[in-house]
Amino acid sequence: MILTLAFRNLFHDRIRLAVTLVGILFSIVLVAVQLGLYLGSSREITSNIENAKGELWITAFGAKSFEDGGTLLTQKERQAALGTPGVKSVAPVLSVFAEWRKPKGGSTRVVIVGADAEDGGIAPFRLVEGTWEDIKAPEGIAVDKSYLSELGIDGIGSTAQIASGRVRVRALTDDIKSFTQSPYVYMPISRARALLDAPGNTATFHLVTLEPGANLETVRAEIKSKVAPAEVLTKDEFLERSLKQWLFNTGAGAALIGGALLGTLVGTVIVAQTLYSSTKDHINEFATLRALGSSSGYIHKVILAQAGMSALLGYALGMVLALIIVYAAQGSALPILMTPALAFGLLVLTLCMCAISAISAIFKVTKIDPATVFTR
Amino acid sequence: MSLNPASQPLVLEAHGIVKELGEGAGRIMAVKGVDIALKSGELTLLMGPSGSGKTTLLSILGCILSPTAGTVSIAGTPTAGLKPEALAMLRRTHIGYIFQSYNLFPTLTAVENVRIALDVAGVTGAVAIQKAEQALRDVGLGHKFTSYPAHLSGGEKQRVAVARAIASAPSIVLADEPTAALDSENGHGVMRLLAQIAREQNRSILVVTHDSRTLMYADRVIHIEDGKIVSEEHPAKAPVTELSGKAILAAAPVAVAADNTPAEKPRRKSAPQRTKEPAEAKILTDLIQKRKSNA
Ligand SMILES: Nc1ncnc2c1ncn2[C@@H]1O[C@H](COP(=O)(O)OP(=O)(O)OP(=O)(O)O)[C@@H](O)[C@H]1O
Ligand SMILES: [Mg+2]
Repeated sequence: MILTLAFRNLFHDRIRLAVTLVGILFSIVLVAVQLGLYLGSSREITSNIENAKGELWITAFGAKSFEDGGTLLTQKERQAALGTPGVKSVAPVLSVFAEWRKPKGGSTRVVIVGADAEDGGIAPFRLVEGTWEDIKAPEGIAVDKSYLSELGIDGIGSTAQIASGRVRVRALTDDIKSFTQSPYVYMPISRARALLDAPGNTATFHLVTLEPGANLETVRAEIKSKVAPAEVLTKDEFLERSLKQWLFNTGAGAALIGGALLGTLVGTVIVAQTLYSSTKDHINEFATLRALGSSSGYIHKVILAQAGMSALLGYALGMVLALIIVYAAQGSALPILMTPALAFGLLVLTLCMCAISAISAIFKVTKIDPATVFTR
Repeated sequence: MSLNPASQPLVLEAHGIVKELGEGAGRIMAVKGVDIALKSGELTLLMGPSGSGKTTLLSILGCILSPTAGTVSIAGTPTAGLKPEALAMLRRTHIGYIFQSYNLFPTLTAVENVRIALDVAGVTGAVAIQKAEQALRDVGLGHKFTSYPAHLSGGEKQRVAVARAIASAPSIVLADEPTAALDSENGHGVMRLLAQIAREQNRSILVVTHDSRTLMYADRVIHIEDGKIVSEEHPAKAPVTELSGKAILAAAPVAVAADNTPAEKPRRKSAPQRTKEPAEAKILTDLIQKRKSNA
């Protein structure tokens, strides 16, 4: 009967229900988009690191992110790592911003990712056309197919110029977006060094793969003592550092999370307001319940059930709209991501939001005197 | 002072009840020192003029209002100093209350209105549905289970309120003018039901009333005036079993004749009776005809 009464109270005033639902819907959509953007951005920022092999990253001192690795490392760091017990292999990776000259004129900025798939570094992942063998062929590179028009090319076989040399698209990846909006261009590291006129053996990072059973901290400490001032980071540390650089030092992440908090706050206030006014309107019934001998817990449950039903309804509507937005944003520059975890998180958030909203209404009925039934 | 020397246990006892209501200059003493005790198996009437403090007293006995002075004990438990939660517990376990203004839930159907009181008392599921439907049948509303209060007449609402109070079979039923909105037939039906519950289920029932037709069901009649009990009597009451349809119907036209209300109202209300009992119906029509020709 608690659910029946809550349901009837809720649907008794349709306009108030509509306001409640719009409030929840608004905050769900806002939070979903903000957090979806946050997740989508994070994924873009970390995709190369996630897909790299190896447990440790040797980086220049103060390297900020995958795209912003600082001064180049040399063969010295690589040798030091290779000479450390427990190290299986060390793969150099070159990751540098460069200028891309479009075949029909004009230029844009790209990130060159030079690495050799064979030695356990970064291979272009999510290849949809062409293979690593194709990329190794003369002038070969891989780019993401979503950036073709931005790069001023048509697809496989197109040529362009990076810095001093010519490149030819021999493979395409799918859905490797770049948070910096500078497309990634994958190629063997020797080609990258040649294009950039970098001395042989230089690299932005060295990716260290450990022997099975080797102790990560011991190996890390030993490499660090040899390569200082260069740093030795775990994969997770480097992920975090990259996220921090792009999401927090630029303020983008703070804006996204701030937006999500604001959405939650506005939703909570609207729901609290409507729930309170509903409770006030039904105060005589709550007094009657009390006079019939209900515990105050029983009445609280009615109010919480009202809040919970609003939450579920609002969540369902909000998710439909959010998914439409996510769908519409696909392929645009806005990387909104909706994951099952985010969907579940939003449900929990909505339920919490409505439960908190119920507090003022619950305070209202807690003080109710059953004698109110005689003063109507 | 003991009001009940009989062997039945006292289920409700109140001593020296005083209740002041209102604020400042408007403050009045609605109940001025009342002693009352109810025992099981007994139907007591509380009669008195409007404003004499009947509802106030009843709500104090029902632990809904707390007295300014005096003590109430329910089934041996003194209520003085009990926390609101404990009082609520007493109400839901021992007391069925019929409000003068019904206090039905407008968003619930008749059967749901009864079920929610059962739910509060911890009776749920199929048992609750069955009990609620039975209580509604008992008050003659077997055909109105799914009607909302807005679509029920005043008398039907009153009967839903009665059903709600008796459904969980509480040991004490406190009824505030439960027949006020009822026509003769339904008024007698409700009183007969209450008397039957008192007798057969050994409950204790207190009925506030203005309605002299209810006298025949009373074991005891208490008169209250200006917040004080002025008299108490034990009328010679006809046994409930004899109060069959015929006796009730026979009583109806007399009440109509004694009353000086216009003929149209009772005639409409008595319509269903006429079809049932031709003899009584004839007396009634004759009376109405006589009045009309006199006018
Ligand atoms: N909340 C209140 N504040 C102030 N005075 C009140 C309040 N409730 C009732 N009263 C007064 O207390 C007195 C007793 O009221 P009560 O409702 O008990 O009378 P009653 O006998 O039930 O009357 P009726 O037969 O008309 O229902 C009346 O004078 C009434 O005006
Ligand atoms: Mg009254």
